[in-house]
Amino acid sequence: MSLKIVVLAKQVPDTRNVGKDAMKEDGTINRAALPAIFNPEDLNALEQALRLKEEHPGSTVTLLTMGPPRAAEIIREGMFRGADGGIVLTDRAFAGADTLATSYALSCAVRKIGDYDIIVGGRQAIDGDTAQVGPQIAEKLGIPQVTYAEEIISVADGKATIKRRLERGVETVTCPLPLVVTVNGSADECRPRNARRIQQYKYAKSPSEKAELESVALYEARPYLNIEEWSVNDVDADLNQVGLAGSPTKVKGIENVVFQAKESKRLEGTDAEIDELIQELIANHTIG
Amino acid sequence: MNNLIVYCEIEDGIIADVSLELLTKGRTLANKLNCKLAALVIGSNLEGVEKQLYPYGADIVYTADDARLYPYTSLPHTAIVCGLFREVQPQVCLMGATSIGRDLGPRVSSTLHSGLTADCTSLEIGPHEDKKVGKTYENLLYQIRPAFGGNIVATIVNPECRPQMATVREGVMKKEIYDANHQGEVVKLDVAKYVQDTDFVVEIIDRQMEKSKANIKGASIVVAGGYGMGSKEGFDMLYDLAGVLGGEVGASRAAVDAGYCEHERQIGQTGVTVRPKLYIACGISGQIQHIAGMQESSIIISINNDPNAPINTIADYVITGNVEEIVPKLIKYYKKNSK
Repeated sequence: MSLKIVVLAKQVPDTRNVGKDAMKEDGTINRAALPAIFNPEDLNALEQALRLKEEHPGSTVTLLTMGPPRAAEIIREGMFRGADGGIVLTDRAFAGADTLATSYALSCAVRKIGDYDIIVGGRQAIDGDTAQVGPQIAEKLGIPQVTYAEEIISVADGKATIKRRLERGVETVTCPLPLVVTVNGSADECRPRNARRIQQYKYAKSPSEKAELESVALYEARPYLNIEEWSVNDVDADLNQVGLAGSPTKVKGIENVVFQAKESKRLEGTDAEIDELIQELIANHTIG
Repeated sequence: MNNLIVYCEIEDGIIADVSLELLTKGRTLANKLNCKLAALVIGSNLEGVEKQLYPYGADIVYTADDARLYPYTSLPHTAIVCGLFREVQPQVCLMGATSIGRDLGPRVSSTLHSGLTADCTSLEIGPHEDKKVGKTYENLLYQIRPAFGGNIVATIVNPECRPQMATVREGVMKKEIYDANHQGEVVKLDVAKYVQDTDFVVEIIDRQMEKSKANIKGASIVVAGGYGMGSKEGFDMLYDLAGVLGGEVGASRAAVDAGYCEHERQIGQTGVTVRPKLYIACGISGQIQHIAGMQESSIIISINNDPNAPINTIADYVITGNVEEIVPKLIKYYKKNSK
């Protein structure tokens, strides 16, 4: 049985490697200094999708991402690793979306893709760490979800068998298709880029990217190089449910955490210093 | 009506610590909001479960008791939570940021179209002014959480939608008995009214849960050792210090890889994240991967030979010296001053 698999992916700033050069002098983040990457757990999800594709000949793996037009970069990255193609859901109307408005927009895009069997994505993205979009998409589509997946063991007879990695153990569950699966970072790593596929897909481009080219004749001759771009109208989304307007949560305030250099007290470790330190910690109820 | 509800997780008949922590926090918030604190427990064999919850301040304990409701699966629990919330219209709902709460919370928030903030590190009550529409709100839940890999802290509010939902990780809030004699009422929910047979689509065919030995996640004091401890024996004095202070011992990846300490005590991106009141880093240089797992500790003491160890930049106290000399002094002066 061939499967239609949708992989949800996000382009994120690499918050794991916030070095000194990524912090401005005033302690705020210099976003430009952070590379934009394929969200790590979405890569784990892509690997699970690609394995299913191998086990079920005739299956397709379509990447779906929401973001600015440059997010087409991760669609290409996915194609280098084995995905068949992808869609960038991009529109100014989506800006300022919280997880609920994001999941609504993505669920509209998934509906447009249609006939899906499995939707798989990373458990969470490293820029927000909420883990909310996957289950919310499942709810909006009215289908079940299996979160914290470590391995999609098999898909047979219209059912997926999935191993979940929880805080204090493992669980194996079965769930009928279609469903949403969110994959943990503990799952197997994604296969690397394939040299042949890089040659094949390096010119794959979205409409926004093609707009900067002098000739687009290549894309008529090789339709597989077209990365799709969908707007709010393309997916028939209700404007009241997307972006800032569709977000029940509002950001009241943001404070930068100054990552480096707390004002440290420097001690040499003499008896008098340690005695004083202990007294201070007891006085402010840190210990004792 | 419009109460604060804590979704309580239960495993083997025992309410999870994270749920009791949320009840403790919820009690404080409910007092500020002048509303009742309710606990919702969904599972099987729940007779008497309220006895675990009243001491933490629960005024109402809702139970949904059915053999099929344990262990947790997404759809039946979602159906009960949403069904109950539609009836009793809580203003706030808190859940643990666990594999259950982070599965259930988003599904519920999507069904009810209510805002949900994940992994809050602080919850407060306060006003909010929306200047754009010229509206002010009283007594909103401030949902405070780190974002952007921990580099910023955001305060989130849900002005219009109810309930205001938040998840909180285990060990972030303090678990504290409110009143050992506190009493409330039990409200038994009619499961069949909320759950359809078709909600039981996910079948658990195997489940293996382990009990963890070390509880470094929940420890309020962590004494952690790095590669600089030199040996497994070198860790002995850390156990002594942790024992005296009432804390737990943790380790950096380098120390675990070198075999000085077992993996379940590893702190950092590939281990556990801890946010204790006091973190004493002994002979830890402070790779980012380690710092990510402990940077939210309230007070950090770094003991290191190297005055320029990276961890010193985030430490409140930097003691430059030999761990072998400093740690015994900490024990000595704690004993002297704690009496």
